Amino acid sequence: MTATLATVGGVFAMVDQDYLLQARQMQALSLAVHIPLVCFGIAFPAMVLFCEWRYLRTGDSLFRTLAQRWSKVMLALFAVGVVTGTILSFELGLLWPVFMASFGNVFGLGFTLEGFSFFIEAIFISIYVYGWDRLAPRLHFLTGIPVAIAGVTGSLTVISVNGWMNHPGGFTLRDGRAVDEHPWSALFGNFFFWHEFVHMYFAGYIVTGFLVAAAYAWGFLRGRWGRYQRTALTIALSAAAIAAPLQVVIGDWAAREVATEQPTKLAAIEGLGPTTRGAPEHLLGWYNGHEVVFGIEIPRLLSLLAFHNPNATVQGLDAVAPQDRPPVNVERFAFQTMVGIGTLLALLGVVYLYVRLRHKRLPGSPWFYRAVVLAGPLSVLALVAGWITTEVGRQPWIVYGVMRTSQAVTDARGIPIGYGTLIVVYLGLAAGVGWLLRRFSRLPLEVDRDG
Amino acid sequence: MAEIPIVFILAGLAAYTLLAGADFGAGLWTLLAGPKRAGRAATRDHARHAMGPVWEANHVWLIFVLVVCWTAYPLAFGSITSTLAVPLFIAAVGIILRGASYALRGQLDGARGQRTIENLFALSSILTPFALGTVVGGIASGRVPVGNATGNPVTSWLNPTSVLIGALAVAIGGYLAAVYLAADAHRLGERTLELDFRARALRSGLCAGALALAGLLVVRYDAPALFNGLTSGLAAAMIGVSAAAGLMTLLLVWRNHFGPARASAALAVAAIVAGWALAQKPRFLPGLTIDQAAAGRSTLLAVIVAVAGGAIVLVPSLILLFRLFLRGRLDPAVTLDATVLTPPHIAQNQKGKTRLLAALAGTTVVIGAGVTVFADPGWARALGIICLFAGAISTFGLATAEPDETT
Ligand code: HDD
Ligand code: HEM
Ligand code: HEM
Repeated sequence: MTATLATVGGVFAMVDQDYLLQARQMQALSLAVHIPLVCFGIAFPAMVLFCEWRYLRTGDSLFRTLAQRWSKVMLALFAVGVVTGTILSFELGLLWPVFMASFGNVFGLGFTLEGFSFFIEAIFISIYVYGWDRLAPRLHFLTGIPVAIAGVTGSLTVISVNGWMNHPGGFTLRDGRAVDEHPWSALFGNFFFWHEFVHMYFAGYIVTGFLVAAAYAWGFLRGRWGRYQRTALTIALSAAAIAAPLQVVIGDWAAREVATEQPTKLAAIEGLGPTTRGAPEHLLGWYNGHEVVFGIEIPRLLSLLAFHNPNATVQGLDAVAPQDRPPVNVERFAFQTMVGIGTLLALLGVVYLYVRLRHKRLPGSPWFYRAVVLAGPLSVLALVAGWITTEVGRQPWIVYGVMRTSQAVTDARGIPIGYGTLIVVYLGLAAGVGWLLRRFSRLPLEVDRDG
Repeated sequence: MAEIPIVFILAGLAAYTLLAGADFGAGLWTLLAGPKRAGRAATRDHARHAMGPVWEANHVWLIFVLVVCWTAYPLAFGSITSTLAVPLFIAAVGIILRGASYALRGQLDGARGQRTIENLFALSSILTPFALGTVVGGIASGRVPVGNATGNPVTSWLNPTSVLIGALAVAIGGYLAAVYLAADAHRLGERTLELDFRARALRSGLCAGALALAGLLVVRYDAPALFNGLTSGLAAAMIGVSAAAGLMTLLLVWRNHFGPARASAALAVAAIVAGWALAQKPRFLPGLTIDQAAAGRSTLLAVIVAVAGGAIVLVPSLILLFRLFLRGRLDPAVTLDATVLTPPHIAQNQKGKTRLLAALAGTTVVIGAGVTVFADPGWARALGIICLFAGAISTFGLATAEPDETT
């Protein structure tokens, strides 16, 4: 039987490369659409439940209204998350059939488990949102808990797959296909995925928190500033403001994992040509094929950050053949975007927490609220930039060091048509979601006696 | 063991056909909601509200089918998706359009563009099951060779068998939806709607039956191997069961027994799926048996364990959802009075607690950050991360503890 498999596997070996670039962009586009919605799947249920819990404890009906209104937004975003996620499941097969055929047996388990998470999430999110006023208050609260848990386990299992793609193991390669695989240990015995998961988890709170806060900050600037708005902003912004500074710590951890496990990715992030002892860090600038020019050089910082030793040796791009290097400038640009935004968000968070905890009030300056309005979209940008760092930095490998992206791509024609169609559809989707959220925000609050 | 995951896949497929099929069918009826006894608007509203709480869960069955297929039979999956890329892409786009217009539709109530969105929803509700049906037809008629896009990109899905199965998928959906909607109208005491949907159920049921019969003829000439399989042994028995159950449903609808009609419709669909599987067994794709397509032992075992474990959680949850749903416990509530009254007076004597929380927050954040950055062993770092989480939660408690009293 093995012999049959080998010949069958051979059919997949050589492919035509025509549409590789478009296929990659199509994949990236779909992920970039899906991933901000995922943040809401991770963080929003917990925030909604927090509000409901406060209501149950204090009897303050404001929290109930808040939870109810947020939960409707949550359901709508979940629905969009569902369809964009479904596109991704199709696309993995449509664009990368050879990847799926050769390695589906190793990482597929992660998605199978993810499927069950989504089942649970979809079931209980419906019960929760449609069950307002229909179920006993405590029971209703309880039906929200599986939603929060499933959002986390769902993302955990998907990210375990991404962790495996970046740090593959748990199989033997024969004729380009994985055999003798051990899916549990390949996915969950792989330490490389933990930083990705924790980093993404915090990103979920940052993105959700700042985006929700941005809506109320916008209201503040327009004079909508009752007790309801203040409470809503406090909850959303507190979540984001706490996660943002901690994200820097987690990001540092991520960078050190990358430094040891994917030195080429680190070299691309920094634009380090030759292997260097006491390597410097460059802010901004451009990689010209050998070194970074027009950047601000900070001596020894890269060695210090990556290995906690200013004299450590950092492997450069030269260590691998040119065709094994990722596109350096894309990688640098994405990474610096993430870190730059991350730093600003962390500062904003610290300012907020200082005022809130020290003076027990919300900041009063309109400038603060203008910054929060900006922080919303910026956090999404950081999120996407972070994934570009991870995914582009893995290039040219789809399974790091094992299978090239160019070997994985489909032979089917027509990717440009698909790509074009998808762009149009996503634009329509974005317009629809924007319209929907606006509509939600316009629903009148019944009475706001305090405001 | 290689055959157990395919049973999961087929069960998922049957569930998807039954549950999401009814969803798609509801979409179909919003398009064909011609003025009957009940007006067009009432018909549409009924179709929309009836599906609200369950469509997401119904939809996940497709995801389930896909992921089990690519985990347990990766080679077959890669071959299918590359050869049948076009209909799969159409289905994917249909799914986005449908999901998006669904989310929008509920909020539109009379806003501009409502008609466009309604039509988009209805069209995607027809397009998606049709495209997915052609995929099944392509596989069943043996038009998907093993390899990266080695099959014909057009005739693999635009062929008599595929088109027929696509049409059948649409018809079955319409039928299931009509039965369901009639039952729902009955529960709500909407007599005219009930009669309308009963009539629709009978008509679409006849259509589905006719298509199925025609299908056998088409398959006989278009895919003789499949036909031989279908007409012999256990597969033939399944086809018989399906036909009998199909007739039975019609009879039940005729007599206004909608609940049992749904059960026998489920049987009819499940029997067809089983018949197809038996007819094709052990072939998955031409030249590739199920055994050859299967992943290694440990993966198959992992899938079986995952599905069994998942089922323990899933089945009670699904039962809960459908019980609440079918009993109308999730119907739209009549009124929601959103009130934001002044806060009830809460004792402010929480200073001590706050101090404690602040101390906890401070220490855990500092320790957590320090350990995460400077400790190297994995266990120490895990501890650091746990500290960071504790710090985050306690700080959140602090930041949201007292209402802000400024304006
Ligand atoms: C709101 C989002 C956000 C913010 C503010 C940051 N990150 Fe990030 N980053 C992500 C969102 C993100 C991400 C999208 O979640 C990624 C992609 C893959 C992953 O694991 O997390 C990511 C990846 C990622 C990677 C690559 C990990 C890998 O390839 O395995 C590194 C090295 C960092 N980040 C480092 C940082 C640093 C030093 C930050 C400090 C300011 C930072 N990130 C802020
Ligand atoms: C578990 C999660 C993920 C999986 C399994 C995954 C899988 C893939 C696959 C199969 C490809 C195509 C092959 C390749 O170019 O290497 C890819 C590329 C890419 N992905 Fe991911 N991805 C995941 C998460 C994300 C997310 C959330 C983003 C967010 C924006 C992202 C951004 C990209 C980009 C930008 C590329 C293109 C790389 C290039 O063309 O150079 N990925 N990913
Ligand atoms: C290649 C990558 C990915 C694929 C194939 C994929 C697949 C899916 C699918 C099919 C759904 C819909 C589930 C349903 O029907 O309920 C979904 C939603 C979701 N996905 Fe992804 N996903 C990918 C990337 C990611 C990543 C990187 C995350 C990580 C955090 C993630 C987390 C989620 C979550 C939490 C949901 C729940 C829906 C929501 O709340 O929006 N996915 N995904």
